[in-house]
Amino acid sequence: MKLPYLTTMAAAALAGLLSAQPAFSESVLRIAMTSADVPTTTGMPNNGFEGMRFLGFPIFEPLVAWDLSSADTPAVLRPGLATSWEADPADPTRWTFNLREGVKFHDGSDFNADAVIWNLERFFDKDSSQFDQSGGAITQARNPLVKSWEKVGDYTIVIVTKYPASYFPYVIAYTLLASPAQFEAAGGDWNAFSKMPSGTGPFQITNVEPRISATLSKFDGYWDPERMAKVDTIKLFPMPEATTRLAALRSGQVDWIEVPPPDAIPGLKSAGFDVVTNTYPHIWPYLFDMMEGSPFADVRVRQAANYAVDREGLVVLLNGTAAPAKGLYPADHPYFGNPENDYKYDPEKAKALLAEAGYGPDNPVDAKIMISTSGSGQMLPIPMNEYVQQSMAKVGINLSFEVVEWGTLLVAFRNAPGSAPTMDANALNVSLVTSDYSYLYRYYHSKNASPVSYNWGHWKNAEFDGILDAVEANFDPAAVDAVMPRAHELIVDEAPWLFIVHDLNPRAMSSKVKGFVSAQSWFQDLTNVSLED
Amino acid sequence: MLNFCIRRLLHAIPILFGVSILVFGLVQLIPGNPIDLLLPPEASPELIAQMTKAYGFDQPLHVQYLSWLWRTLQGDLGYSIFNGAPVGEQLFSALGYTFVLAIPAALLGFGLGITLGVVAAFHQGRAIDKIFSALAITGVSLPHYWIAIVLVMIFSVTLNWLPAQGMGFIGFPTSLEHLRSLVLPVITLSLIPMGVVARVVRAATLEVLSQEFVATLHAKGLINREVVFHVLKNAAPASLAVMGLQFGYLLGGSILVETVFNWPGSGNLLNLAIFRRDIPVMQATIVVLAFFFVLLNLLVDIAQAAIDPRIRR
Repeated sequence: MKLPYLTTMAAAALAGLLSAQPAFSESVLRIAMTSADVPTTTGMPNNGFEGMRFLGFPIFEPLVAWDLSSADTPAVLRPGLATSWEADPADPTRWTFNLREGVKFHDGSDFNADAVIWNLERFFDKDSSQFDQSGGAITQARNPLVKSWEKVGDYTIVIVTKYPASYFPYVIAYTLLASPAQFEAAGGDWNAFSKMPSGTGPFQITNVEPRISATLSKFDGYWDPERMAKVDTIKLFPMPEATTRLAALRSGQVDWIEVPPPDAIPGLKSAGFDVVTNTYPHIWPYLFDMMEGSPFADVRVRQAANYAVDREGLVVLLNGTAAPAKGLYPADHPYFGNPENDYKYDPEKAKALLAEAGYGPDNPVDAKIMISTSGSGQMLPIPMNEYVQQSMAKVGINLSFEVVEWGTLLVAFRNAPGSAPTMDANALNVSLVTSDYSYLYRYYHSKNASPVSYNWGHWKNAEFDGILDAVEANFDPAAVDAVMPRAHELIVDEAPWLFIVHDLNPRAMSSKVKGFVSAQSWFQDLTNVSLED
Repeated sequence: MLNFCIRRLLHAIPILFGVSILVFGLVQLIPGNPIDLLLPPEASPELIAQMTKAYGFDQPLHVQYLSWLWRTLQGDLGYSIFNGAPVGEQLFSALGYTFVLAIPAALLGFGLGITLGVVAAFHQGRAIDKIFSALAITGVSLPHYWIAIVLVMIFSVTLNWLPAQGMGFIGFPTSLEHLRSLVLPVITLSLIPMGVVARVVRAATLEVLSQEFVATLHAKGLINREVVFHVLKNAAPASLAVMGLQFGYLLGGSILVETVFNWPGSGNLLNLAIFRRDIPVMQATIVVLAFFFVLLNLLVDIAQAAIDPRIRR
């Protein structure tokens, strides 16, 4: 079989010659992600917030976007594909969005009100021909407020929410817009579209190799001249194993890795790599079961637990990639407030509180915590939990662990304490997002008790519920800012959670990567980044 | 011979049925269903119920199984719940990527294993037997993902001779550059087959050597090389069975090696499918792998029957 073989080799050699570098060499930034697979490229990426970070916002934009330009303040919203938005004072369920003019999708078609309506139908109208089953489910999960919509003009639309919710802009920020024209060109099928995606963002997806890589190329026709990409190409690789990512960075196969193993950080720094950290809206807590019969039903036990953890020691264990948490928000957050309890490591105070609650050396607290082996935002669950366990044992709180894989923990999270999937756990160790006040409803409002939403432990505080109900219907941002600190004080003092650490979002990069601004967000702006030769 | 093959192939049918029912049953025992993993944690119970219905997971189990079976028999392996891509496409490309590692690893592992085993057996008790046996045991005992990490540290990070991870090509390796990506994973994957085959070949060869006919062959005046040939021919059937099993294991795709080297093979695919409860992908992958095992066993049986006429009867 010599002839076909020779032909193949000749063809390969020719291809090699033809693909020789042009006169200008293209800058290619290679990034290794922690996800196990390439997130879907249909404009509604799976794989959680990492999917949104790399295959979402850089390519497909929402009406309301995150401002990722500052490392010093928590990320806030900014106009995206909508230049302004406002709830109708007479009927605050009606939000009018004024759309940006002169924007084109990557395929050249126009962005306008029809495109927005088409996308809303894609996610929310199961009878539309473009309805996307799985993408729609993910969007509806993050944005359950959309009831209906109307086109008012070529660049104006109205979205009606199910009930008045002042935080709606934070929620619509996760609804990304893709090109209707490109969908038609792909034969009206989302799987085909995923191979030739088109959005409005500063990057476009130019190649996808399933489970291997995704390639983003700079989009020269992007509408915002301030945010044009500075690299020509970004190649994204899924690389779920931390040591593999480390080896890939150190051997020069990639330029940037997400989440290096903490133990490797000193070595990386001394080898000349940059290790970037910053606060971001993340919390690593235990969610207490506060229903009757649980050891954590008593607030004094919950407060004692909060005083019993040596957070500073845990931060040392993690080589500085975390910061101690004393509440849902970090201490310098505008909503932190002035709680009575300052959760520093104070074993004596913990023991005193436990004694008040009727516990002591002869009667320790026994609690079972469900933890995972890994997972999005979970950091290093096993060593961290063992550290917490050792800390707590010193004050008379004996923790045992139910170790499960991430999916199983999520299932438990969706079910009320005491139900079978929770496996008799008295608390769950699930890391969570704290980027805007809409989350406070889901985590703490009594009407969101599991399995309805995230208030897993069934915390109920009338004053807190009252503040949040008032805020939901209050569309004046200044008034909201004024009352949120009080809500946070209640969260800290009543301790429905054990607040352990905030992750500091570590990334490691080669020194050739310049301009990266680590925004205080789960998402990052890739247009700032350039590669020096 | 033909009857033999047909009979064996027909045996495959109930085996594959059994495997598919077993997998389907086991999946139901795992907490959670695909919808739980597909949707972000904040999904409401109503949304979950709605999606469960849309994907047909609210149907009784036997209905779900039978509809899957009916579609599969028609060649439709379905779509991944997680990413909507056709299962067949993903599965066969993953299998291809695993073959690219498995075949060289098998050749290397079996070649080394047979050599080590035969030489050790023919020099039983002497230093070379001890060394080769130790090598075989080491191959089987050391955790191969640990060896993988050590190899990467030495050859990629420190010496920069070989890539640390990744396949380095799409589809099929066509250049020397592509082959560099294969070196470390193939060496790592070949260790266990090498160790197992060496041990089995050594034992089988020793057993044959101890039989009376060997002395007879020497007495007849056959030179060593010809005696060795007869010995190996007798030791082959037992060794072939083990090699068949080992190749099956390699085809399943070693998840550990594929994880360390970030290789998008079938082990990787199956692992992902299990964690995501991606039932269509899981079932299709396991049934196809089971089919390969059955086919391999058939080939081994044919080879054994070809070598040893006693088996044919």
